Amino acid sequence: MNNINDLYRQVIMEHFKSPRNKGLVEDTGYKKLRLKNPSCGDDITIQVKLENNVLKDIKHEGSGCAICCSSASVMSEVLKNKEVTEANDIINDFYELIKGNDVKDEEALDEAIAYAGIAKFPARVKCATLSWKVVGAILNNKEGELEDE
Amino acid sequence: MNKLDTSKIKADFNVLNNNPDLVYLDSAASSLKPISVVNKLVEYYNEYGVNIHRGVYNLSYRASEEYDETRKIVAKFINSKKNEVVFTKGTTEALNLVATSYGNLIINEGDEILTTELEHHSSLLPWQIVATNKKATLTYVDLDDEGRITVDEFKKVINEKTKVVVITYVSNVMGYVTPIKEIIDIAHSYNAIVVLDAAQAAPHMPIDVKELDVDFLAFSGHKMLGPTGLGVLYGKYKLLQEMPPMLYGGDMNDYVDLFESTTKDAPEKFEGGTQPIAEVIAFKEAIKYLDNLGMENIKAHDEELSKALIGGLSKIENVVVYNKTATTGIACFNVKGVHPHDIASALEEKNVAVRAGHHCAQLIHCWLGENGTLRASTYIYNNLEDIEKFLDAVKYAVEFFKGWS
Repeated sequence: MNNINDLYRQVIMEHFKSPRNKGLVEDTGYKKLRLKNPSCGDDITIQVKLENNVLKDIKHEGSGCAICCSSASVMSEVLKNKEVTEANDIINDFYELIKGNDVKDEEALDEAIAYAGIAKFPARVKCATLSWKVVGAILNNKEGELEDE
Repeated sequence: MNKLDTSKIKADFNVLNNNPDLVYLDSAASSLKPISVVNKLVEYYNEYGVNIHRGVYNLSYRASEEYDETRKIVAKFINSKKNEVVFTKGTTEALNLVATSYGNLIINEGDEILTTELEHHSSLLPWQIVATNKKATLTYVDLDDEGRITVDEFKKVINEKTKVVVITYVSNVMGYVTPIKEIIDIAHSYNAIVVLDAAQAAPHMPIDVKELDVDFLAFSGHKMLGPTGLGVLYGKYKLLQEMPPMLYGGDMNDYVDLFESTTKDAPEKFEGGTQPIAEVIAFKEAIKYLDNLGMENIKAHDEELSKALIGGLSKIENVVVYNKTATTGIACFNVKGVHPHDIASALEEKNVAVRAGHHCAQLIHCWLGENGTLRASTYIYNNLEDIEKFLDAVKYAVEFFKGWS
């Protein structure tokens, strides 16, 4: 039994230690949304620049556990330059992946596939999905602050 | 080893029998329940599962007798009178009842409510509301360098305007025991009443409300082997009688007229509606279990495990322990540079269950300068072997995350 190694994969550590696309920008061309989870202290803000229905750029900032922070970095890489419908499909696939279900397009998930191990740690699903929820809400035209479910 | 036979005790808990590898160190959140408590719940539902104080038939009479007997047993457990024991949904409801009912009765503009940063949210928040609504002041007793409440600091802030002292007996994060007897005496010399949150104290040490001379004291059943959904509010009878009920309805009233009605005396006037009958009935089995072991023995057991727990953690590289002198079986700690939730998942891998987060006490975490901590908490079924397994798991977690920070 070594579920923990499945959870904390090498790719997750790399994104945690050297997050990509981290830091917000002062640019009104970006849509911005924040989600706080006071019960565990996670606090994530995501910015998305949409151009012609394409996610041209994604930025993230915040604090939380390694799963939450790395997941924001991975998400920003995976969804960048995707069309909105494509991005929504990938987000839904990610939710299936972490529940341990079959996904429609494994290739499109790219590095996010590293989070498959979460399925064995149901209490950590929220950590992994936080930033994905925020970007999903932005694509649904939400801005400002998102209510935690 | 002390007087508790933990291997015998462990066999009385089916969660441990069904999860033989589990090292359960989250009893400060909720204790496990012994077979005798679970059996009593089943006995009620199977043999006389009807409402109390209402039916004029034998089954209802038996249920009522069983229910009332728990009140007597709780009263004996804390050395109060039977009619000073109010059953509530839990400590939270008990503390809310005092704030909403008694607080609104006695607090006026300009009065002071004294409290501390060690409080659980259920102790603090109801009084924040009272203070805001009544334009009263909420004043905090400074904690010492270790995060303890001291008599010296308490003396510095109490004054003639202080009407209520809202304070924890044992901190659910730091596990420190408040020097409560002296604090109560000082409070009374200023004519202030003391509302004591004993949720973490009642499971771990003998409580004598008469000796303490405390005005209100609250605790929960589920942290001391009892069922969930049940708590106790102790109040001095005179104070309980002054207080209006929070819930009006069935069973709490005497005469009902078209435009006004009268209520029963305490404690019944606070128990409107059908109570958690099964839980109350089964709670007496929890108290009997604790009484059999002896609260002094339980206290000594906690002290022994605390030493092993905190002593062991302090020796592990990169571990920060925040409550090195605590004695009630609670260790509050972090691994440097790693979020508590990440460590908790690594401990889970080794079947060790601990709490990670702010434990419903954000003020003390702000005081500590941490968003969250890890909390390992012991109880009667834990032994030194559990502590060893826990310490090995922490070492494993520290090693696992070495490259991460």
